[in-house]
Amino acid sequence: MIRLSKIWKTYEMGTQKLHALQDVSTTIEQGEHLAIMGPSGSGKSTLLNIVGCLDQPTSGEYFLDGEDVAQLSDDDLAEVRLRKIGFVFQSFHLIPRLSALANVALPMVFAGVPAAEREERAREAIDSVGLADWSDHKPAELSGGQKQRVAVARAVVMRPGLLLADEPTGNLDSASGRQVLDILCGLNQQGITLITVTHDPNVARLAERVMVLTDGAILREVEGRKVSTLDDLFSPVASGARDELA
Amino acid sequence: MSMPAAGPSNARPDIPLRELLGFSGGALRAYPLRSVLSMLGIAIGVMSVVLLTSIGEGTRRYILSEFMQFGTTVIAIHPGKTETGGLPGVLGGTTRKLTIDDSEALARLPNVTSVVPTTMASGPVEYGGRSRSVYIYGATAAMPEVLRFGVARGSFLPPGDPRRGASVTVLGPKLKRELFGDSYALGRFVRIAGTRLRVIGIMEAKGRILGLDIDDGAYVPIATAMQIFNLDEVHEIDVTYEHEYQTDALAEAIRQTLMSRHGDREDFTITTQTAMIETFGSVMRVITLGVGAIAMVSLIVGAVGILTMMWISVGERTGEIGLLRAIGVRNRDVLRIFLVEAAMLTSLGGFAGMVLGLAIAAVLRLAIPGLPVHTPAIYLVGAMAMSVATGLLSGIAPARRAAALEPVEALRAE
Ligand SMILES: Nc1ncnc2c1ncn2[C@@H]1O[C@H](COP(=O)(O)OP(=O)(O)O)[C@@H](O)[C@H]1O
Ligand SMILES: [Mg+2]
Repeated sequence: MIRLSKIWKTYEMGTQKLHALQDVSTTIEQGEHLAIMGPSGSGKSTLLNIVGCLDQPTSGEYFLDGEDVAQLSDDDLAEVRLRKIGFVFQSFHLIPRLSALANVALPMVFAGVPAAEREERAREAIDSVGLADWSDHKPAELSGGQKQRVAVARAVVMRPGLLLADEPTGNLDSASGRQVLDILCGLNQQGITLITVTHDPNVARLAERVMVLTDGAILREVEGRKVSTLDDLFSPVASGARDELA
Repeated sequence: MSMPAAGPSNARPDIPLRELLGFSGGALRAYPLRSVLSMLGIAIGVMSVVLLTSIGEGTRRYILSEFMQFGTTVIAIHPGKTETGGLPGVLGGTTRKLTIDDSEALARLPNVTSVVPTTMASGPVEYGGRSRSVYIYGATAAMPEVLRFGVARGSFLPPGDPRRGASVTVLGPKLKRELFGDSYALGRFVRIAGTRLRVIGIMEAKGRILGLDIDDGAYVPIATAMQIFNLDEVHEIDVTYEHEYQTDALAEAIRQTLMSRHGDREDFTITTQTAMIETFGSVMRVITLGVGAIAMVSLIVGAVGILTMMWISVGERTGEIGLLRAIGVRNRDVLRIFLVEAAMLTSLGGFAGMVLGLAIAAVLRLAIPGLPVHTPAIYLVGAMAMSVATGLLSGIAPARRAAALEPVEALRAE
């Protein structure tokens, strides 16, 4: 379970202060699927990086599974990322010289998993995203959708409880985007907590809950199935007092 | 899916070196040309270090073996004091010359097996209209034994009182050939600096010793040599004795004896063979180190190449570093990855340089048989250690840069 309380992230830009996040508080249950939406620069990635223990808030509290993340050292945070969190990025972030299989196995190399077990688990993971036949191919030989599926396999190969996807379909055509989303939702149905940053209302609709950010602050939170249009979400005043969750 | 209680249990062991080598090796193979070129810089550096120090060490050994052929139980006495500060004669009083009488006095010391006073002068040796200017050594009968020279034909100078001369000479084989060709020389008379002497022996070929062609010379009884060349002192006295452990005691006895004969003045220099070998050995070692240090400059150039290459590589792989951090690789692991990469480059390059150096040394030995080349195993171990150290040193700055990257910033790079 994730509990964020009064999270601020402030960048000092010369004399000016830029608030990337302002007073963000929320709770995300184990197994939930949360979508984060908002215009570019609204703080979505910043929030996701803080939840993913890649970045620390300027102030506020973050408890992950009851543990105060602010108290953790750099090495502890790395350990948390290795064991508990999987990341999927818009730009895939596959290592070009490694085969698809080796990319998937990479986290296990650093977790000290023995080579034989690594191979087996990586094959299992790559099989689960439907790319068993592409195991030996380098990322350059894969389509965008295939790359992202490899990235998803890598993100879950350590069997984390939390999967963070920052615009996972942002660089994909709709068909391959759909495939990736299906995989992500499938993982969520198996119990993984899924947080997806997206611009696409169709993606947001798959989530149980949608958090809308503007200027680093939560504008509103709505049920995913009730998302219809972007205008609806981003209007300063909610069209009708409906759907407010927070 | 339940979350495992990883928590702050910070017990993750370091990545095994084997995994690091695999990962870093893959990164190097991704840019084969670049990796090989940067290795080449190190290879050339290590090659020149190995090669030049091998020649230095080979030379040291060669010259040492030249000394050693005289044996280690020889003490040489030369006129004049060179070891301490004052020049002989400067402090007042007269410097007494070394004489045959001095030499005879030393012969009476205990443990001494033989004593050879020698002089050296150059002069013409004539026979049958041919003349050749060579070194003429004044010596005594014991010389071949002391210096381990052999006589090929006839005999060496006759034993007896060294103060008495004899009109005989022994020729070096080269001198004999130059004067007599293939014809018989024993019993013939040659003229040395105008004095007629009968040839009684021919020496065995010995080759050059420290650059001096002793085969091209002649030996005459010391008293005769001093007379012919008008010398009033001997140039060297060589004393041989039984055992090496007697060296210090005997050197002291020689000093006492000569001082009492020279009015209590130490106007001579005693050189023991062991001291000479040690002094010479350490001088050569310094020269070898100096030459090695010069060769090291090329290794430093190679190290700068590695540093540049690694620095560029870290810049290019910023996105990869961000990804590694995102999947839970600690910054000290990132540091290790890049240090290992640099060390792999330099140790592979160093190994290649070593093999290259040895190969060139072998070719040199074949091409120039006289060239002394010797590579002790410890040099090779040293070269490898140096290569790895070079890698670690030149990798430090790039690796620290990589480890210091903020994960979020690094991820934005792609
Ligand atoms: N390192 C940084 N320094 C200064 N400003 C930053 C930095 N990182 C992010 N920001 C700013 O914080 C705001 C939120 O960024 P981000 O979370 O990336 O937005 P989003 O992902 O919603 O597009 C933006 O205005 C961005 O310019
Ligand atoms: Mg973003």
